Amino acid sequence: MSRTANAPRSPFIAPAWITVASIVGLVSALLGDGVFDVVSWLVFGSLIALFIRAWMKRERGR
Amino acid sequence: MQRSTLKAWFLVHKWTSLVCTVFLLLLCLTGLPLVFWEEIGHLTGADPDVAPAAVGAQPQNLDDLVNQALAKYPGDVPLFFGWDDHSPSVYVNTGARPDTPPPEMHTAILHQYTGEVLPAPQFNEGVMYFIYRLHTDVFVGLPGMLFLGAMALLFAVAIASGVVLYGPFMRKLSFGTLRTGRSRRLAWLDLHNVLGIVTLGWAFVVGITGAINTLAKPLEQAWQTEQLGEFATRYEGRPRPTTFASLDAAVATARAAEPGMTPAFVSFPGTGYSGDHHYGVFMHGNTPLTERLYRPVLIDVETGDVTARPQLPGYMTTLLLSQPLHFGDYGGIVLKVLWALLDLLTIAVLVSGLYLWFKRGSTEARVTEIERSGLTAEAGAAR
Repeated sequence: MSRTANAPRSPFIAPAWITVASIVGLVSALLGDGVFDVVSWLVFGSLIALFIRAWMKRERGR
Repeated sequence: MQRSTLKAWFLVHKWTSLVCTVFLLLLCLTGLPLVFWEEIGHLTGADPDVAPAAVGAQPQNLDDLVNQALAKYPGDVPLFFGWDDHSPSVYVNTGARPDTPPPEMHTAILHQYTGEVLPAPQFNEGVMYFIYRLHTDVFVGLPGMLFLGAMALLFAVAIASGVVLYGPFMRKLSFGTLRTGRSRRLAWLDLHNVLGIVTLGWAFVVGITGAINTLAKPLEQAWQTEQLGEFATRYEGRPRPTTFASLDAAVATARAAEPGMTPAFVSFPGTGYSGDHHYGVFMHGNTPLTERLYRPVLIDVETGDVTARPQLPGYMTTLLLSQPLHFGDYGGIVLKVLWALLDLLTIAVLVSGLYLWFKRGSTEARVTEIERSGLTAEAGAAR
């Protein structure tokens, strides 16, 4: 039996992705310079962008 | 998840957070300027500007450089000699006795090619050193370090328990939900959740590596006892030499023994890093990873011969790798800026957590709130 389209997504999917991405970002710049640094910058920049996006889309009304 | 289980996790999150929050705020606030220690040093003149070496110039003899430093601090003995990887300068730590602790050491910074002693303040003085001590041991040495390490471990437990609570709370909500138009408390709770999850992996690693760094002294002592003690037994009963073989020759010997590496620093006999009868020439690689993984070459201080090239044990490698992962100083200025921003977001997580604690109701009401994703009557109540 396949999952239906309306099946709720696990709330842990986002934290899992964020954790994996953070580890990639932390390790990347340790492995080398140049492109390895850029990967780290992109990962951590994306995390901050995630918060900015949530703030921009915040629900202001009741 | 059963209500009783949820309540248990809530209590774990509440109490681990409460105990460590004030200390974590101290660590985050003092950690912020420490991320930019090098840049602040250049801006304030604490780190001297070092003129590049002239074309074709040869580095000065290392023994001469040490003697220059000793002339600046008469009566002192040499403790450590180190190279700056980013400028043609070297440093010499000296002290009244071989086991002088860092707060009592003197430091001379010299141009590696001209031998000039550069005007530079001591590393163990000034505002940045004050902030550093606040961050590492709150001025009480090892007990302070271990206490802050325990707080960092509590922080890691608080993060893990927070993730467990995040699941049921977000069950009916989209990722990144921020409801600022309802009650003020709900807005802070959503902010706490969003920021907590965004900084999750980074904060967990920085917290754990911080806890590992607080074990630096006990780990170094274990390494010295275990590995260096093995070589020390060969010299048992022999007094510590008073005249040393040439440092310049010792470093050249170490370079020949480890041709793919460069020297990072040298410990003199009696400093605790290489026993009483050896120079410890600590070699390292040239990538962000290998420049932090030292390979000690022990040179007999009387004969100038290589005694051993011991491999660092796993716990020392873990300690050395924990340092960059905690300080964020391995990916250029951009990574430092991002590190500082994540540090600021973590401060916001701590402050929002404190706010939520001050506005707390009963534990039962909070657990119900988590079960209902904050969709309770109180959540929508007036501010």
